[in-house]
Amino acid sequence: MNLLRYIAGRLVVYALVIVFALTVLFFVPRLGPTDPVEAMLAKVSSQGAYMDAAQVDMLRQSLADTFGLNGTLLEQYWAFIKRIVFTADFGPSLSMYPMPVMELIRNALPWTFGLLLTSTLIAWVLGNFVGLLSGWRPTRKSSRIMEGIAICLYPIPYYILALILSILFSYVWKIFPLTTTIRGAPWSWDLVTSIVWNSFLPAMSIVIVVFGWWVISVKAQTTALREEEFVRYAKLKGLSDGRILSRYVLPNAILPQITFLALQIGLMFNGSLITEILFDYPGVGLLIYSAVLQGDFNLLMGTISLSIIAVATATMVIDLIYPLIDPRIRHR
Amino acid sequence: MRSFFIHAPFRLYLGIFLVAVFVLLGAILPWFAPSDPLVWYTAPRNQNPSAAHWLGTTSLGQDVFWLLTYALRNSLMLGLVVGGLSTIIGVFLGLAAGYAGGWLDRVLSFFMDALLCIPTLPILILMAALFGGQLALPIIGIILVVFNWPYPARQVRAVALTMREREFINVAWFSGESSVRILVRQIFPYIAGWSAANFINTVLVGISTESAVAVIGLSSAQQATLGTMIYWAINYQALLAGKYVWVGSPVLSIVLLFIGLFLVSSGLAMKSSARRMSV
Repeated sequence: MNLLRYIAGRLVVYALVIVFALTVLFFVPRLGPTDPVEAMLAKVSSQGAYMDAAQVDMLRQSLADTFGLNGTLLEQYWAFIKRIVFTADFGPSLSMYPMPVMELIRNALPWTFGLLLTSTLIAWVLGNFVGLLSGWRPTRKSSRIMEGIAICLYPIPYYILALILSILFSYVWKIFPLTTTIRGAPWSWDLVTSIVWNSFLPAMSIVIVVFGWWVISVKAQTTALREEEFVRYAKLKGLSDGRILSRYVLPNAILPQITFLALQIGLMFNGSLITEILFDYPGVGLLIYSAVLQGDFNLLMGTISLSIIAVATATMVIDLIYPLIDPRIRHR
Repeated sequence: MRSFFIHAPFRLYLGIFLVAVFVLLGAILPWFAPSDPLVWYTAPRNQNPSAAHWLGTTSLGQDVFWLLTYALRNSLMLGLVVGGLSTIIGVFLGLAAGYAGGWLDRVLSFFMDALLCIPTLPILILMAALFGGQLALPIIGIILVVFNWPYPARQVRAVALTMREREFINVAWFSGESSVRILVRQIFPYIAGWSAANFINTVLVGISTESAVAVIGLSSAQQATLGTMIYWAINYQALLAGKYVWVGSPVLSIVLLFIGLFLVSSGLAMKSSARRMSV
């Protein structure tokens, strides 16, 4: 019953957060000193497309439509929310007309999800392993060195690491490809190797930073847990180190990190956007970037609304799952 | 102050040293620049590092070393302003929410949670795209403050909530102290160390986010920052030309500066949590 109330409360907050975020998105184009329609027109004509006055007028009208600039502010606002929440329709892409924005996003999403999920998982496994071992024997030289490395890696932003990796492994030593080109027939072995090969550097830039964080925090938790009564008891019982670590220490050390992960998702998403742009990786980040370059307002609004909704959803899902996997939390 | 230097962990020293080097580079050296390094063709083009040009020159005839000092100055300034304002606003609103409770707490908490869920970078990209392809540094600063005050606010609110129940707060309350005095004299000392750590961390986030926007060419073109330096270098094919010093110097500066800032902020956090334990 109490759990139900917790879930209901969290869902209400989630809905409010989404509406709040969309409200921010609605007002951002209206806050600036410049008229977004004129800015877009300037952008389109600077691309070298010649248009006569009538065509410009038509484009201006259709842009005003897509920006939702017709009617009073309240009507505009309602129409904007209604269109996104109830129909999830962002109109056609302006640069790849008449391809719907949703379809472009649907094609790009698996790439971003795949990149973020695999690299977070790899970093999670490696980071837990190293963090546990070095936290268990904190005075060993190898533990100190690992922590030093982790401390130097964690504060580096993803895109800086992405740059360093691409300078080292694509320019200086030409091992990995500079930009992403996926080859091979669908469902073939060629395609899989091509994807892995091309995703390696972008994924590494995320893995290394997240790895640094997990080592730092799991090590701190493990060192603290060593002093706990139940760990001492397990030792006195004569259990092996491996068993104590995996059954007694590990669950207690990683659970608190899950809430942290919820807070970190937004930052990770930010980072992966730039990494994708730097590597020409065909995910949502690159889609946002090409929308900016080509002045494709529909695509821009669609990708950005959806990424905000995705981050908010992921945060909520983690919040909801957490009490289910942590038996110490009871909803009274 | 004396005890600070005796008990401060090693990582704090190392961090302070690293940050101090960059602050000196960015705060003092720009005054001595022989000419405005932003102006093209004030130096011979495409020079390798030499005695006259310590880090070489760009293909636009700019001295990389002096350009770097300007970039450091602007990036640090932005970080300081964002960190300072976010921390002040966050601590103030966090205290207000935790201490006042009731509807004020509920409204403020909602805004904190909501803002934490919204990724900053897409908002910045959207604004840059709408306002002519580039954002001025003050605008980036304002947006970063809007999205970064909830971090300290949430933490401070949690501290303030537990503080309300403490004995010594009750004592102060019953001895007739005003709410403001209780906040300033009794509660603030508890959160001061942590706020300092958060301030440093927000400086890092501020510089990092601006650089992210800049690296893809959406930050100010009139000002050099660490991110715009990287953007120019990539844009003018420094990598293909093998001019790694041009790209490498801002990249390496960011890495070392951020490691320094992280060491300071985690060192401060360790210190303040050690002190809380001992109370």
